Amino acid sequence: MGWPATILEVAATVALAVIVLAIGLTIVRLVRGPDFADRAVAVDLLATLAVAFLGAFAIRTDQPVLIDVALALALVGFVATVAFARFIERRQPTYTRADRG
Amino acid sequence: MAEILAAACLLGGAFFSLVAAIGVARLPDLFTRMHAASKAGAFGVGLTMLGVAVWAADVGPVTRAIATIGFLVLTAPVGAHLLGRAAYRDGVPLWEHTLVDEKADATPALPRIPPAAPRARREASASRS
Repeated sequence: MGWPATILEVAATVALAVIVLAIGLTIVRLVRGPDFADRAVAVDLLATLAVAFLGAFAIRTDQPVLIDVALALALVGFVATVAFARFIERRQPTYTRADRG
Repeated sequence: MAEILAAACLLGGAFFSLVAAIGVARLPDLFTRMHAASKAGAFGVGLTMLGVAVWAADVGPVTRAIATIGFLVLTAPVGAHLLGRAAYRDGVPLWEHTLVDEKADATPALPRIPPAAPRARREASASRS
C-alpha cells in the first residue's frame, strides 16, 4: 500500500494479520485433537474464519467480487459441519459409558 | 465517516475471531471449546462482513454481505447443536471440573442412531469395546 495509506487500508491489513493468527491457533487445535469431534469443531471454525479473511481481503484488495466467494464458503462450511456431525453420530462410539466417570 | 465505521467493524470482527480461536486452542474440553467457536466466531465474522457492507456502499455487494451475515447467524447455532449432540452421544469426556451433566442418568443410556449396516457386521467380530 502506498504511503500515506488510508485508515481503511491499515485496518484491513491489521485485521488480516489478526485473522491469520486466529487461523494458526485453530490449526493447532486441529492437529492436537484429541478427539475426532475436536477436529470437527476446528474445521467448522476454520471455515468461519476463512469467510472473515475473505471479507478483509476484499477490502484490502478493493475487490467486491470476493464477497460472493465468502457467501459460497459460508454455505459449504455449514454443509460440511452437518456432514461431520452425522458421521460422528453414526459410527462406532469412541468411548463407553464408563469412560465418562 | 463511513470509512472509519468500516475500519472499526473490521478491527472488532478480527478481535472477536481471535478470541474464538484462542478459546478453541486453550479451553479444557470439547463443549467449552464449542461455546467459544460458535458464539465468538459467528459474531466476529458477522462484524467483519458488516464492515465489508459499510465499505462496499453498493446495492449488490451490500445485499450479499448482509445475506452472508444472516446465513451465518442462522446456521452457526444449528451446526453447533448438531456437533455437540453428536459428540455427547459419542461419549466425549467432560472437563473434570464440570458441575452439572443433566443427561448423566438418562434412560436409555446415551441414545444412539443405529450404525449403518457394514458397521453392524464388523461390530460382531471386533474386540473393541
